[in-house]
Amino acid sequence: MSQLPQAITDGILGGAVYALMAAGLTLIFGVMDIINIAQGILVVLAAYLSYALSVHLHIDPLLGLLITVPAMFAVGAAIEWAFMRRLRGRERTAMSLLVSYAVAVVIEGALYQVFGANDVAIQAPYVNSGVHVLGFDLPYIYLIGAGLAVVAFAAIYLLLYRTTFGRSVRATMQDKVAARLIGINVNRVAAITFGIGVGVTAAGGMVFGATNAFSPNSGYDLISRLLSIVILGGLGSIGGAAAAALFMVTAEEVVNIWQPVWATAVYYAVLVIVLLVRPVGIFGKPEARSS
Amino acid sequence: MTMTEAATAPSASPAPLLRTESVSKAFGGVQALSGASIEVGRGTIAGLIGPNGSGKTTLFNIITGYARADSGQVYLDGRRITNLPPERVFSLGIGRTFQLTRIFPTMTVFENMLIAGQHKERSWNPLARAGGAASRRHAMELLDFVGIARHAGALAQTLSYGQRKLLELAYVLVADPEIVLLDEPAGGVNPSLINTIAGKIRELNAAGKTFLIVEHNMDFVMGLCDRVMVLDYGSVIAAGPPAQVRADPRVLDAYLGTGEDDDAQDGDRGAGHEGA
Amino acid sequence: MIASGLRFGGVAALLALGIVFPLVFTNPAVTSDAIYTLIFVAAASAWNTFSGYSGYISLGHAVFFGSGAYLTGIATLDWGLTGSQVFLLLPLAGLVGAIIAVPFGLIALRVRRHTFVVITIAIFFIFQLMAYNLQSLTGGTSGLLAPTVNFAAATYNNPFYYAALVIAVAAVAVSWLIRRSRFGLQLRAIRDDEDRARGLGVRTMRVKLGAFVISAVPVAMVGGLSWYFTGLIDPSSGFDPLFDVAVALMAFLGGLGTVAGPVLGALIIEPAQQYFQGQVSAGYLFLMLYGALFLVVILVLPRGVIPTAAEQIGKWRDKRREGDGGLAGHRLAAAGAAPDRAKELA
Ligand SMILES: Nc1ncnc2c1ncn2[C@@H]1O[C@H](COP(=O)(O)OP(=O)(O)OP(=O)(O)O)[C@@H](O)[C@H]1O
Ligand SMILES: [Mg+2]
Repeated sequence: MSQLPQAITDGILGGAVYALMAAGLTLIFGVMDIINIAQGILVVLAAYLSYALSVHLHIDPLLGLLITVPAMFAVGAAIEWAFMRRLRGRERTAMSLLVSYAVAVVIEGALYQVFGANDVAIQAPYVNSGVHVLGFDLPYIYLIGAGLAVVAFAAIYLLLYRTTFGRSVRATMQDKVAARLIGINVNRVAAITFGIGVGVTAAGGMVFGATNAFSPNSGYDLISRLLSIVILGGLGSIGGAAAAALFMVTAEEVVNIWQPVWATAVYYAVLVIVLLVRPVGIFGKPEARSS
Repeated sequence: MTMTEAATAPSASPAPLLRTESVSKAFGGVQALSGASIEVGRGTIAGLIGPNGSGKTTLFNIITGYARADSGQVYLDGRRITNLPPERVFSLGIGRTFQLTRIFPTMTVFENMLIAGQHKERSWNPLARAGGAASRRHAMELLDFVGIARHAGALAQTLSYGQRKLLELAYVLVADPEIVLLDEPAGGVNPSLINTIAGKIRELNAAGKTFLIVEHNMDFVMGLCDRVMVLDYGSVIAAGPPAQVRADPRVLDAYLGTGEDDDAQDGDRGAGHEGA
Repeated sequence: MIASGLRFGGVAALLALGIVFPLVFTNPAVTSDAIYTLIFVAAASAWNTFSGYSGYISLGHAVFFGSGAYLTGIATLDWGLTGSQVFLLLPLAGLVGAIIAVPFGLIALRVRRHTFVVITIAIFFIFQLMAYNLQSLTGGTSGLLAPTVNFAAATYNNPFYYAALVIAVAAVAVSWLIRRSRFGLQLRAIRDDEDRARGLGVRTMRVKLGAFVISAVPVAMVGGLSWYFTGLIDPSSGFDPLFDVAVALMAFLGGLGTVAGPVLGALIIEPAQQYFQGQVSAGYLFLMLYGALFLVVILVLPRGVIPTAAEQIGKWRDKRREGDGGLAGHRLAAAGAAPDRAKELA
């Protein structure tokens, strides 16, 4: 019965990577009230980038992050500039779901076109090896993923709370109109935030692609998990997303011991139950006044 | 008006139609209401006044189910209605307008009127058209009365702020609740129309309808109301006929802000923001 | 009066065209495209009856499509139905769709806006997972094959076509009836300001749930029909995440919340989709085109073809009448019935 502690360990290490991807999603929502459904397929896109770099140019996936992180940042900023910026009005958030869904479909089609429909996986020396500590199996790739997540979280934290840019982001998060009035370039903040939110998929995608066989179709599975996580954590709350990611992935790993085929249902079941009890999510704030 | 009109003995203060009993409500650190108790007699026009931020709108929200009271009770005709949802409160006979107006922007002005009247139609058929000929005529008359009949076919979002106030007034009248709560009906409305509105309220009141009105326009309140209650820092500090309230030194204090916070504050309590 | 007469004539002509279509175009490739188009006319109309009118964007209607398909498949195979008998199952499929919509709606409709959208996606994935995992019922990944149908080869498609036509016409008719009814008015009030509507006595949960259930019925019925016509259902085609994107795109393109909009959208998009799918190797390209078209529609024509066109025509008419010396504001005429006509047209 060493399965349970191992499952929990796997859940926490694996959850860290999901936390990172979900943090990007929830950061974008917090600043812009936009739900980026494309986040799932962008993780897959990042995974394919790492894959292509390592297969064709023989660049180590870890080293390749130096290329893929800026590339994904640029993709994110471009999506914001081309589409999200143009959304206006009361139903902006719901519309953003549709727009980013459409963006996801375009990217999915492009990935099929370029890479075909077959499953691939990222190969590297540290993918299939690991260390044994106190009877636990710790694959290097999971350790690397967790490490990357911690580094990225620290960077996001420092950026948000220790820089002028971070202050602009937080002001924008609270009140867009007021932020604009005090001279914050809200458009620039939005583009950069979207870039950062998508940029984290580079690290997430690399780890995801190394630990799973993936195809252009994998985006759906990813986004449904990520959405469950961010809603559960309360949209806009980065800490909430991190906690929810660790909890959900661990729960999935644990259920996986007994019920492998139903393990993914954990996400949706927990989500439905939580929202029945507390519609704003665990860490979400109630809606503002109506007068 | 099936209610016994003959029994309308003004200010004889039988059981009041609407009553709140030490209602309290806090938003974070702000105590918007602390033990507010008001009474509105059946068939009267009651006024509720107080400085900005004194809790008037919050009390309206609690009565009508748009906010939950932390403690205290609300009674309608002796029946407890505390924290019932808005649709229940409405169906029990309380209608209201909103200070910042809430209309249905992408529906036409006329459709706004129909939606306000929809609860009166007891058709078994959900696919029946909204509004019979009589209710359509009544809706049109009310639009005409507030002077926006020629915009009946326009989308409500194209109305000006003042016109929206008038539309909301018209549709709460078409909804025809037993007691009407008006949150600043005269705000942003031109003076001659204010008089028309006051006249209409009097006319409806003579026919038996009860009103509770929040308003900063003192002439309007004092000229119209049978009884005025004054809210300050979330509790009622004075209540009575207009002349008496007007002369009450505590009311002057509240409005002029003498006492602790007389440094530059013009009676604005709390954060003073007006979320939508 | 002239306008409404014109409209009546237009609808009658369209209906007549729908009825004679397979008699004129007998090429099975053409009628097959027409069947899928009608399936999407019904689905998009039904989706719009809930999402378009109430403003609650559902991305979970594929649940009803898939459930209708699986129910029809399972019942057909279990009861050994053949030929036209299977069509009799479609009302049952609709009923099952309605029954599923009740708990689905009770859960999802407690939350609003984007949270609602996400919940519908989550419930969609639960159903997809069930289709994969309940193998004894659904056949798992390999799905359910329909029995071969022994209709005469020359007119093989016709029964499917007319079944699809009946469902599509019924869905559009219900959409139209709701649009002009008190129920429709309540739905649109919910879209504009749900809390305000509650304060005017609209029982919003009941109204939303009612519309949700009604909109599930045609979608489940065309799901069943689609299984029988296509001959196969599996988890990825029955519970296809692109289904909701497709119907939403159709509704948005034609005009969200209008009666004719989703019909027009389906008539434009579905034949195009069928054409591209027919081209070998264009399958993935089409996916890109699809997404791109959606982006263009939402960003350039956010209100859809029909409302935008109606507005342009209205402006043009006003201008012309003003030129004739007509009064400004004539459109906002006095009679009670007149005002909502402009909107109804939309
Ligand atoms: N949803 C809310 N969240 C936070 N604070 C609130 C909320 N609603 C009201 N308040 C606060 O409660 C206090 C009372 O507000 P309320 O709107 O009831 O005042 P009011 O008497 O209607 O003022 P006015 O005359 O300006 O309309 C204010 O300090 C206000 O800031
Ligand atoms: Mg107020």
